Amino acid sequence: MGKTLFDKVWDAHVVKKINDGPDILFIDRHLVHEVTSPVAFLGLKNRNIKVLYPEKTFATADHNTPTRNQHLPVKDILSSKQLKALEKNAKYHGISYWGLGHENNGIVHVIGPEHGITLPGVTIVCGDSHTSTHGAFGAIAFGIGTSEVEMVLSTQCIMQPKPKKMRITINGKLNRAVTPKDVALFIISKLSTSGATGYFVEYSGEVFSEMSMEGRMTVCNLSIEMGARGGMIAPDEKTFDYVKGREFAPKKDDWNKALKLWSKLSTDEDAVFDKEISFDGSKIEPMITYGTNPGMGISINSGIPTCDQHDGSKKTFLKSLDYMNYTQGERIIGKNIDFVFLGSCTNGRIEDFRAFTNIVKGKKKNPNVTAWLVPGSHKVEKAIKEEGLLAILNDSGFELREPGCSACLAMNEDKIPQGKYAVSTSNRNFEGRQGPGSRTLLASPIVAAAAAITGKITDPRKLTV
Amino acid sequence: MGYDKFNVLKSTAVPLPIENVDTDQIIPARFLKATERIGFGDNLFRDWRYHEDNSKKDEFVLNNKKYSGKILVGGKNFGSGSSREHAAWAIYDYGFRCVISSFFADIFKNNCLNIGVLPVQVSSGFLEKIFEVVFENPNSILIVDLKQQIVRVDGSSLIESFEINSYKKNNLLNGYDDIDYLLNIKDKIQEFSNKNPL
Ligand code: SF4
Repeated sequence: MGKTLFDKVWDAHVVKKINDGPDILFIDRHLVHEVTSPVAFLGLKNRNIKVLYPEKTFATADHNTPTRNQHLPVKDILSSKQLKALEKNAKYHGISYWGLGHENNGIVHVIGPEHGITLPGVTIVCGDSHTSTHGAFGAIAFGIGTSEVEMVLSTQCIMQPKPKKMRITINGKLNRAVTPKDVALFIISKLSTSGATGYFVEYSGEVFSEMSMEGRMTVCNLSIEMGARGGMIAPDEKTFDYVKGREFAPKKDDWNKALKLWSKLSTDEDAVFDKEISFDGSKIEPMITYGTNPGMGISINSGIPTCDQHDGSKKTFLKSLDYMNYTQGERIIGKNIDFVFLGSCTNGRIEDFRAFTNIVKGKKKNPNVTAWLVPGSHKVEKAIKEEGLLAILNDSGFELREPGCSACLAMNEDKIPQGKYAVSTSNRNFEGRQGPGSRTLLASPIVAAAAAITGKITDPRKLTV
Repeated sequence: MGYDKFNVLKSTAVPLPIENVDTDQIIPARFLKATERIGFGDNLFRDWRYHEDNSKKDEFVLNNKKYSGKILVGGKNFGSGSSREHAAWAIYDYGFRCVISSFFADIFKNNCLNIGVLPVQVSSGFLEKIFEVVFENPNSILIVDLKQQIVRVDGSSLIESFEINSYKKNNLLNGYDDIDYLLNIKDKIQEFSNKNPL
């Protein structure tokens, strides 16, 4: 029987199998950030050991950093302590650290691919669930908890039972204004937030092969929101072109050797998945969420489901609508919004800023809207300036902040106030995710841009004509 | 980090019949700034438990004196969302040693197992019955027996078995640590790494 892409990468990394237990999987790249690592490093200290492979470990500061005045000392005492702890730990263990102000600094899942740390066929973990992003390159990448961070720091291995395999195939041509984010929100709305729990997903079909690397990253990023541990897409020419020449990518002879290996990374025709799902790409519309989990998404022109249409607990459903102050059955288009957040590891890459700018170009930001535009990294920030996007954004009344996770999880001061509505390009609309009492509507960068211009939930196709 | 051995847990339970309880509810991001693993229990379910002015929300179950114990019973898809182990720490630090639900999110489940909190997955029918029993009589005792892999309600015929792989089970029963296991096969790991330079 043939192997899936996932099998090929997984099996090549098994150091040992434990009977009726997990596999011991070797990890090629370990990404570390300030929030989920300090207790792990303490663990190493207590065991009196050092990081086993510091050269396979990369640290950055992103979750808990300000997005303004990064050149000044961090004001929040606890945040500052956390940042200093990572800097100290990185130094002690000889790990490269791209802290605040470093030109390579940015959101961990944005900088990995940017610097060629993320490669096809490797295993990548990080103490952050959206590590699934890196699957866009045909890597096995997933998020881990702090005990597991400690495990990987000290042994470069992780213990994991091999997950089941699911393939999601989408063929057909996407409609105008339908972005990778919409594709992902569409899938999650069909599968629910637990529909892929226990599975590792492979995305296949025209829609994904047509997609840019940035778009694939957005889709793989959101795999975790349907419960999957990760998602992956077979690498192709686009992948190789993206990786080639990047700082940590293989060079010269190594590159040719790598290409040979990577070109075998696809699912064999006779391979079998535990579950197969397919959708018609031409049926997908621009999406937006109306509730408090990413599975509560609808196409932008349709109504919020009624209690009867919703499967699952009615009580939880109504609690969620109550939190959002929405009514079952009503339409979402035209609803007022207060904030727009463009950024995060889901939609904080250059392509996202291009799409946003394209919509707001020549128009003015609505005065009732506060917009936070946060690039995913310094590299993205630089590109925004160099490509002339910043000038256009400024003309339309938008400012650019400095890179970081920002309002995606609102650990720093970028918090959406109590009761306010934010159209956000991030990945989670949980209660209070963007600040206590905040109300989040997840959408694509272009739906966010249309909302920033009108102050309302707007179909971007109506705005551009 | 080591943890207490888990064997048989007999305790009253705290019911939380909400689905998709996510890690941002279990512990909001603004409480993740610590550099040590202390005090997370105080902020468990922070925004459901306290008003903005830090006064208690009386209607929330953790503030209801009727309910207490070392077992938390949650609705389907418990622990979805982020990989933050802080969520499991908060549950542990508050005093829970076991979470029962009809479905768990993957990473959360792993995190619990790694710190000595037992996630017990039961059928949705059995979960409903536990909720009924606990709501009817908050003093009902649940018995979670790891060795036998069963959960039952004391003094009743309600009983169900649960799954756990034998490796993890053995670890929990004995308080063994995964990292010690791996450090013991370090040579094998290094050999693997040398053969697969990347
Ligand atoms: S942007 Fe959001 S989801 Fe991505 S790494 Fe940062 S906090 Fe996690």
